Amino acid sequence: MENNVVLSMEGICMTFPGVKALENVDFHLKKGEIRALMGENGAGKSTLIKCLTGVNKFEAGEIYLDGIEGPIVNKDTMDAQKKGISTVYQEVNLCPNLSVAENLFIGREPMTKIRTVNRKKMNEMAAKLMKDLNLEIDVTQNLEEYSLALQQMIAIARAVDMDCKVLVLDEPTSSLDDNEVEKLFGMMRKLRGRGVGIVFVTHFLEQVYEVCDGITVLRNGTLVGEYSIEELPRVKLVAAMMGKDFDDLASIKPESSGDKSKEPLVIDAKGLSHAGTIKPFDMEIHKGEVIGLTGLLGSGRSELARAIYGADRAQTGTLKVKEQEVTVRNPIDAMNLGMGLLPDDRKAEGIIGDLSVRENIILAMQAKQGIFKKIPMAKQIEIADKFIDLLQIKTASRETLIKQLSGGNQQKAILARWLATDPDFLILDEPTRGIDIGTKTEIQKLVIQLAEEGKSVMFISSEIEEMLRTCNRMAVLRDGAKVGEIEGEELTQEGVMKAIAGGAK
Amino acid sequence: MKKRKIGGNNILLAITVALFAIMYAGGCIIYADKGFTHFQTFLNVLINNAGLIAVAAGMTCVMLTGGIDISVGSLIAMDCMLMAVGMETWGIKSPVLMTMVLVIGIVFGLVQGFCVAYLEIQPFIVTMAGMFFARGMTAVICKDQVSIVSDKIFTAISNAKILIPFGGYENKKGIYQVPFIRPTVIVVLLVVIIVFLMLKYTKFGRSIYAVGGNQVSATLMGLNVKKTKLLTYTLCSFLTSIGGICYCLNTMCGTTTQAAGLEMDAISSSVIGGTLLTGGVGNVFGSLVGVLINGTISTLVKTNGKLVSSWSNIITAILLCFFILLQAVFAKIKESKKV
Repeated sequence: MENNVVLSMEGICMTFPGVKALENVDFHLKKGEIRALMGENGAGKSTLIKCLTGVNKFEAGEIYLDGIEGPIVNKDTMDAQKKGISTVYQEVNLCPNLSVAENLFIGREPMTKIRTVNRKKMNEMAAKLMKDLNLEIDVTQNLEEYSLALQQMIAIARAVDMDCKVLVLDEPTSSLDDNEVEKLFGMMRKLRGRGVGIVFVTHFLEQVYEVCDGITVLRNGTLVGEYSIEELPRVKLVAAMMGKDFDDLASIKPESSGDKSKEPLVIDAKGLSHAGTIKPFDMEIHKGEVIGLTGLLGSGRSELARAIYGADRAQTGTLKVKEQEVTVRNPIDAMNLGMGLLPDDRKAEGIIGDLSVRENIILAMQAKQGIFKKIPMAKQIEIADKFIDLLQIKTASRETLIKQLSGGNQQKAILARWLATDPDFLILDEPTRGIDIGTKTEIQKLVIQLAEEGKSVMFISSEIEEMLRTCNRMAVLRDGAKVGEIEGEELTQEGVMKAIAGGAK
Repeated sequence: MKKRKIGGNNILLAITVALFAIMYAGGCIIYADKGFTHFQTFLNVLINNAGLIAVAAGMTCVMLTGGIDISVGSLIAMDCMLMAVGMETWGIKSPVLMTMVLVIGIVFGLVQGFCVAYLEIQPFIVTMAGMFFARGMTAVICKDQVSIVSDKIFTAISNAKILIPFGGYENKKGIYQVPFIRPTVIVVLLVVIIVFLMLKYTKFGRSIYAVGGNQVSATLMGLNVKKTKLLTYTLCSFLTSIGGICYCLNTMCGTTTQAAGLEMDAISSSVIGGTLLTGGVGNVFGSLVGVLINGTISTLVKTNGKLVSSWSNIITAILLCFFILLQAVFAKIKESKKV
């Protein structure tokens, strides 16, 4: 094996039923290198990672790891961990019912002389680990007491603490806010200094250029190339991922959008609130308007949307939909009033893994019709095909189980579900999280197109740039309260940042 | 370090214990004249439910992994019948039979665990097959009721009294009654303690919680989920066999209908004791209290004398609803408190 290389994967091939997932893919990682693994949805990033960690069995190819003679075969994740390959996945993969300390150490707990778990020592070790990473966490508490972002940090801490040669981070930043991302990068740089090779899978271009040394690009299950960061500037990277020259994402926002305040009101909320999640807020949304919700993670963005939608029943205030005062007790009420919500946690709240793509798309429409009026099969097929085509959902067929699709394509399918109900008011909570740049642009374009058709959209995203491109107006949230709105001239990156940060406005 | 907050699950356990205390105290006040206040009444609840306690301990482990085992009642019937016929007809000595029963329990559990863990069949279906099999085998061994009378060792253990030096009373004839328990009670209390320690302090025990909490995560964290499940079902059937021996020592007979519905008693005891059917949350002491609550209910109904014994089922049903509601409420509170 070449000097300095900690991991090399040669000619990896793998097929899923009906789809060639990986074809002859190479991957090389040096000691003390942070290498980005980039590619669009379904390019095979997650599959490659799973081949590496022993979750998927690949059909051909070899993996070499520094310090081990000959090609290695990982039977399972435990096996990979023992050899020095640790992974943090996109979704938090810890046990909510165990304490933080246990989540950090389970499978390798400190033992007492009589072969029992030494809880005291484990808690001490965990507390020290958390302190090293500047996390203020009581390690004896159950994991479920903490927010998703903190859980993700704990998952990373667990992987970091394993004596690993190769650390795989699969979309670790998608649920973290800027501050936490910075902390994570600090951690990554520290590990790089110690000689750990890090594979960083992400969709955020900025982050790649901030922290990575090299980039490996995949497209449609094949290797496009392995580059150092210098030889692949942004535009070229995007081109490599998309497989075509790509005019930058800017200016998809048409000039004509702008003042919609003369249009009739679609949503008029006064003093809505839900105890413990969102303080009373007012919100007016006009026809054909895209309104953005911005704020730090956990500032109450999703909660505001859920209160309007009835997912968390509003406890105070009044809601008018199209000038009619209504009570929204639950999502079915909201749907009947022409609302739709694309939730942010697609795994828990969105997809139903064991149903087909068609069934997932039809779901909301069927619910709206009532369960006794079955939508005819021909119509279902027509609708499903229409949206698979429209949103370019990559799937083997419309009857493929949705769990076999990549994350971004699942997201598109859920979006299709709501579009199929033809809503007047659509709430999109992080519709572009964890999906590739090409699809992101498509979704942004779709949002603007919907607005032009006279629908109103509430758009929630952590990426300010994306919001600036799509929104007419933005509401700012901080600590569970709506603190202001920005529009017109103030709608700039700087203006939004200032508003989020608060203080002098 | 900060003092540990009392979590919702601990509150649930506290409520269970408090409920038991209130129920028992209530019984003492209402039925004081019928001897409910005697310490022996409480000990009788333990003696009569010794088998169930062992079973509930195993059931709790299985439920913690998110599974279920409905074969336990039939397995007990098979154990009892095997021992009764073994002693009376085949003339095998009881120590040999008891060992046999324990081995059968392990094998039975291994097969069920293998089907659940490695063949990935729904635990409900697997253990339902186990339930029918064991109940059928019971009748194959013998169709009639067989009473155990001939084996001296077995009879001796069954009749052995372990006296407790306090809490006695004088009966109507003025003779001082010393309270006592049977050896089975000691055995099952030891079982509960050992299972408690195992769940809390061993890798296996913690793996059980991890599997119940999130199976996918447990796999990704490098735990051997399949092996954990296999061993858990094996443990459950093994503990059931211990329970079967205790049960047999109490009834001293084998019949085909013995311990019918016992699996449901074990499940309800676990649920009342704070174990979630979805897995990952629960505690074997809670299940012990659950058994005691169930036992107290039937003792109360019996002491009343006028009520049909079915009333204890209705009260258990109400309690189950109450506890499931409580669990739901606590889950909601927790959700809303989330940072």
